Amino acid sequence: MATDTAIHTEEFQVNMGPQHPSTHGVFRMVLTLDGERVVECEPHIGFLHRSMEKMAENRLYIQFLPMADRIDYLSSMFCSVAHCEAVEQLMEIEVPPRAKYLRTMFMELNRIASHCIFFGIFALDLGAVTPFLYGFRERELTMDLLEMTSGQRLTFNYVRFGGVAADLPESFFPAVEKFVKVFPARVTDYERILNENEIFLARTKGVGVVAAPRAVNYGWTGPNLRASGVDFDLRQNMPYEAYGELGYKPVVLSRGDCYERYLARLLEMRASHALIKKCVEGLPEGPTQKEKVSKFPKVPAGEVYVRVESPRGDYGLHLVSDGTDKPYRYKLRTPSFNNLSMIRELLRGVYLADIVPIFGSLDVILPDVDR
Amino acid sequence: MIIYPILSRLNEWWKGVVAAYGLPPEFVPAGQMVVNGVLIAGFIAALVLFLIWLTRKVSAHIQQRFGPMRVGWHGAVQTVADALKLVQKEDTTPRGCDRPVFNIAPFLAFAPTVVAFVVIPFGDGAIVRDLNIGVLFLFAVTTINVIAIIAGGWASGSKYSLLGGFRSAAQLVSYEVPLVLSALGVIMLAGSMRLGAIVDAQSRVWFVAYQPLAFVIYVIAATAEVNRTPFDIPEAEQELVAGFNVEYSGMKFAMFFLAEFANMFLVSAIAATLFLGGWRGPWLPGEFWFLGKSFAIVLLLMFFRWTYPRLRVDQLMTFAWKFLLPLAFLNLIITGLIVVLI
Repeated sequence: MATDTAIHTEEFQVNMGPQHPSTHGVFRMVLTLDGERVVECEPHIGFLHRSMEKMAENRLYIQFLPMADRIDYLSSMFCSVAHCEAVEQLMEIEVPPRAKYLRTMFMELNRIASHCIFFGIFALDLGAVTPFLYGFRERELTMDLLEMTSGQRLTFNYVRFGGVAADLPESFFPAVEKFVKVFPARVTDYERILNENEIFLARTKGVGVVAAPRAVNYGWTGPNLRASGVDFDLRQNMPYEAYGELGYKPVVLSRGDCYERYLARLLEMRASHALIKKCVEGLPEGPTQKEKVSKFPKVPAGEVYVRVESPRGDYGLHLVSDGTDKPYRYKLRTPSFNNLSMIRELLRGVYLADIVPIFGSLDVILPDVDR
Repeated sequence: MIIYPILSRLNEWWKGVVAAYGLPPEFVPAGQMVVNGVLIAGFIAALVLFLIWLTRKVSAHIQQRFGPMRVGWHGAVQTVADALKLVQKEDTTPRGCDRPVFNIAPFLAFAPTVVAFVVIPFGDGAIVRDLNIGVLFLFAVTTINVIAIIAGGWASGSKYSLLGGFRSAAQLVSYEVPLVLSALGVIMLAGSMRLGAIVDAQSRVWFVAYQPLAFVIYVIAATAEVNRTPFDIPEAEQELVAGFNVEYSGMKFAMFFLAEFANMFLVSAIAATLFLGGWRGPWLPGEFWFLGKSFAIVLLLMFFRWTYPRLRVDQLMTFAWKFLLPLAFLNLIITGLIVVLI
């Protein structure tokens, strides 16, 4: 009888999440591991499903406005801009130029805030604690600016049908000037602490590589797509608000690994900073709210699809109105959901320790996935 | 330091007690051991409390925070409050764990550290036992720590802690090799394994001047030995939640914590003794120099901890076996040649 002397390994299953420090909220993965290798990953989503789309159908347009902020709470300005733009397009309201600039500026500030969080969390996912606090330090500056104008720090509820809720206060201009002045040096700080760190590079370069065709097939958008080398940014390709006038050249990289997805966001921070500077300099005078727009509009029957370039990608809203004061259908195409869709394929065969940077580099936010 | 006169007076007093009551003479060393052990344990406890506070302050200032500020001067008694809280906590044992192993693992982690301090020369003559195999004893004793971590990870009955335990076993065993090899260079130069003799051999020039490569290897391997970032893979918070000690709470968790920080000081103390001339230094008492040098290394480890990300487990192994180990051997060969030729 032949004796089998080979050492056998046994696969075992580990449940990662929904309560886990690095699943960014309530994402759950059931991992089948062979030692440190991932054999199979079964993702579970829906722990944060709040039925946002259905709730929108049962509320007045203005009532859903503050709730729209909570669809993706890290980029709430984008959600409410999409909501208002959809209504405005159906009602054929032309927004005053000053309001357009204000919306654009605050969207870019919000983008910086969101990317600051990404920077901090991504480094934290790799075990570096200090960058996390660096990221939050700059996020604080943007939050202060947003708070000055909208009164809120996370879910701003600032955009209105036909304009914005409030004009800038006097104290805003010195504050934004200070921010514009210090921010590039702070991004240089970020670059210096991580970009040339051997350990950081070893952990992220060549990990989780996604080629351009694959990214497109999975419906990736935003920095993730541009890191894979696809030159597509709604701000450039389908400009809305003031982006057409300001002009924007997207950040496009080529390799599509974790490091480039991280780098794309870091470079976008600089690009956003340039946009904010342009917005402040070119801010037109005039009203911030179109006159005679009802706060409780009856939106004419019809349908519209609005796309906004959120920090996570292409945020799409398909709004169908039947002529009443409530939406008939409110369908969202959120970027996080599509960006997350590849996770099973991406994680197959990687090391257990690579799960966290790969998942983190997608910059997925769970309320955006589950709605 | 004031401890040593007290210690010797206590020892004398005990000798007197044994003689006065006609007890067998074996009681003299036994009693002295108890006194020494209690003193070392007390010293370690106080040291760890200070180290935890220091870590929090250092990390806070690196991260542009204040850290603990409320309890005492700049939060000086914060760790005492935390320790009291941990003592009060319910001692839970999770279902499905290997109860005896689970309970003994934290103490198994802490005990070797206490024992290792026995051979550390704190100052001129301030050493509990100057063993003639001091260095060997140190490395042999601290290795027991691995068993505690595997035992803790295994007995918890959780997959996360098991993974943490195995990772730790692989890591500690791998880095033990370059660690010991880097110390071998020093032993060759000093011609003795007695820590007192090694310190004496550095009376003129510190060994770090002769053995810079060994010093670097030692610091890297030591960082891995005590599971600090970038080598804190066994307790990788982001992947394994907390690694081998995820199921521990209350006082047992505190024991692991105590062992971790005591170990951090221990490896720094060894580095100071082997490479930086131990307690030797001008003007000030030896204890001052010894603690100063040790804390300099501790600070270095803390700076690593709060600056670097973590390596992946395969990168960690590659680094140990393909890079550190050949370097350590190279260093050993060169040292050997020089010792033979000169």
